[in-house]
Amino acid sequence: MKPVPEHSLILRVTGLFILPLLILFSLFLLLRGHNEPGGGFIAGLVAASAVALHMFFTSVEAARRMIAVDPRDLIGWGLLIAIASGLAPILSGRPFMEARWIEMTVPAFGLVKAGTPLLFDLGVYLVVTGTVLAILFSLAEDDVQ
Amino acid sequence: MNTLLAICVGVLYSAAIYLILRRSIVKLVIGLVLLSNASNLLIFTASGLTREAPPLIPEGESMPAIVADPLAQALILTAIVIGFGVLAFAVVLIRRAYEVVEADDMDQMKGTDT
Amino acid sequence: MSTNTLIVLPLLIPLLAAALCLASWRSVLAQRLISLVAVLGLLAAAVALVHGIWQDGIAVLHLGNWKAPYGIVVVADLLGAIMVLLAAITATAIALYSLGSLERAPEQFGYYPLMHLLIAGVCGAFLTGDIFNLYVWFEVMLVASFALLILGGERAQMEGAIKYVTLNLVSSALFLAAIGLLYGLTGTLNMADLAVKLADHQDNPMVEVVAGLFLVAFGIKAGVFPLFFWLPASYHTPRIAVSSLFAGLLTKVGVYALFRTFSLMFPLDEFVLRPVLLAMAGATMLVGVLGAAAQFEFRRILSFHIISQIGYMVMALALFTPLALIGGIFYIIHHIIVKSNLFLVAGLTYRLGGSYELKALGGLYKRAPWLAVVFLIPAFSLAGLPPLSGFFGKFILIRAGVDAGSWALVTVALIVGLLTLYSMTKIWAEVFWKPAPSEADPGVPPPGSLMILPVAMLCVLTVAIGIGAEPVYRLSERTAAQLLDPSGYINAVLGDQP
Repeated sequence: MKPVPEHSLILRVTGLFILPLLILFSLFLLLRGHNEPGGGFIAGLVAASAVALHMFFTSVEAARRMIAVDPRDLIGWGLLIAIASGLAPILSGRPFMEARWIEMTVPAFGLVKAGTPLLFDLGVYLVVTGTVLAILFSLAEDDVQ
Repeated sequence: MNTLLAICVGVLYSAAIYLILRRSIVKLVIGLVLLSNASNLLIFTASGLTREAPPLIPEGESMPAIVADPLAQALILTAIVIGFGVLAFAVVLIRRAYEVVEADDMDQMKGTDT
Repeated sequence: MSTNTLIVLPLLIPLLAAALCLASWRSVLAQRLISLVAVLGLLAAAVALVHGIWQDGIAVLHLGNWKAPYGIVVVADLLGAIMVLLAAITATAIALYSLGSLERAPEQFGYYPLMHLLIAGVCGAFLTGDIFNLYVWFEVMLVASFALLILGGERAQMEGAIKYVTLNLVSSALFLAAIGLLYGLTGTLNMADLAVKLADHQDNPMVEVVAGLFLVAFGIKAGVFPLFFWLPASYHTPRIAVSSLFAGLLTKVGVYALFRTFSLMFPLDEFVLRPVLLAMAGATMLVGVLGAAAQFEFRRILSFHIISQIGYMVMALALFTPLALIGGIFYIIHHIIVKSNLFLVAGLTYRLGGSYELKALGGLYKRAPWLAVVFLIPAFSLAGLPPLSGFFGKFILIRAGVDAGSWALVTVALIVGLLTLYSMTKIWAEVFWKPAPSEADPGVPPPGSLMILPVAMLCVLTVAIGIGAEPVYRLSERTAAQLLDPSGYINAVLGDQP
């Protein structure tokens, strides 16, 4: 990105406030996805757009520093998690990709249902975030050169 | 409503084909975007329209008489996701192509044709 | 392991390999190791799959234990299993070749994950029993192929890629529209269920429209006349390993989709589109081979030959007699191996002669007689000389054409065979026989043993299919029987319902 120090003050300030909210919102979408509208894909897009916003009012390097991991790692690990969620039922002798659920009661939180579909969604979330960011970063870094 | 959507699909397809036939690569990609959206809208129309409830049934309740078909919506959603990925790639491609060829013109890209 | 579990392995192994390669993108060495293990594992799984299907019949897996026709099924009949095996053989050869030939840059920019993703898409398309899922696998394959095509970023690659991307996206949009109309018509997406439901809609002209859309969509992917123009514009531009992978597998996925839809969902016996398909087959053969005759670049000649060979396969489908289908399947088996091999041979030639242009090459017979042998085996097989694999494929097909009384098509097929021989002798005379145009050093490193090994392997396989044609014929025979009588497929997927 070209050195544009004169980013609008409004953009920078709102950006700083919105960033954590967007990340939280993306997690919210991720977690409610199984039973209600939401899910890994849309949550991943929201997370990626949060980082993209950060990139717009700072710089590509700052955005890369902020997410701390390389987008390619996100894609790889996300894909691995998604595949693992499909493989998990095979270990207990069930067909590939069958949904398996664990119910547990967490103190002060109530009943929590965790299962392989959630794991799958988490994988999708990481893949989508990683892919979008990889594309965005590579396009933005072209501008610098 | 069906007629209206059918006309929309037709308009989208014709606009897409018009844009694809242009020499400009940018217009070509916009045409491809329209083409995939036209197909999505076609699935939506072809699978039947209802004015009734969305296909989400709260726990414990039985299914109402008419609900929208969830499968068609799932298809469109998947197609949108795939279209998104493919078109993101296409945008990167035309950008790189523009850097190499330095023209937004299909006529400058005949090197591999003959 | 039961066959029903075995059929996810061809999807799972390449996907897992792609994920592992992506996760270890920092280390090229790790990616190479993963790739090697993965293709060998895929090969073993594919052999076991074909063996299992041969023994126990069609295998079906209901993903997530959701029963058909509501859930997504993975189905392996003999055709699907054979195609997976061929994909695995090609993948193994090309992975070995890539290990020996690629430079550092493509390896670092994601060649291996993309290759595995492409193989996963190809295998997924061969094994899915759901028409929308077929679309999804097509797209997985396409996205991977887009990225592989422009790996390197030269101008020719960009120009080729734009045509490739555009026409393939148009094809995908048509495919999607056809799926939408089909779903509106029948309310199902499971291919076996569609076969049952479409039988009740025989008089509905909409069925013909949908079938026509499928024909155009798959015709673009397969490179059938008059929809093939993206192929010779792009296939010669990327790295030779990528070209070879594309040549062996991508168009064949389109051919497979044509075979599947027009045997299962729209049986061709009395279907209106059959004369269209027959005409397309003849024109594809002829135009492809004439295009090749006019070319003087090694890879472009081969690209045009892909098109002409696709014509033979479509001819088999269009004739739609038992013998023709046997010939078609035999031909696909022979073609995938031979065509990938010829592209790899072109790569070896480049490493020795420094060019792909026939004019700039020469004298290779003197310098590398072994290369002449490994070129002649697939080249003569492609032209259809006995006792190599191509002879039997062509022989069965032409016999089937004579039986069906399609004299025009038989004549075209014979002429195209001759012209193919002309093309191959042209390459022979220019590259190997004539004296080298210059004594200068080619300026590229000579091929290593890892590049020669896969070529030799595929040559042995070509000879083996030719000499041991009997077992391959029996395999094709049973596959054709399954295609002609889809009730076995339908019962396997839906269970023995009333």
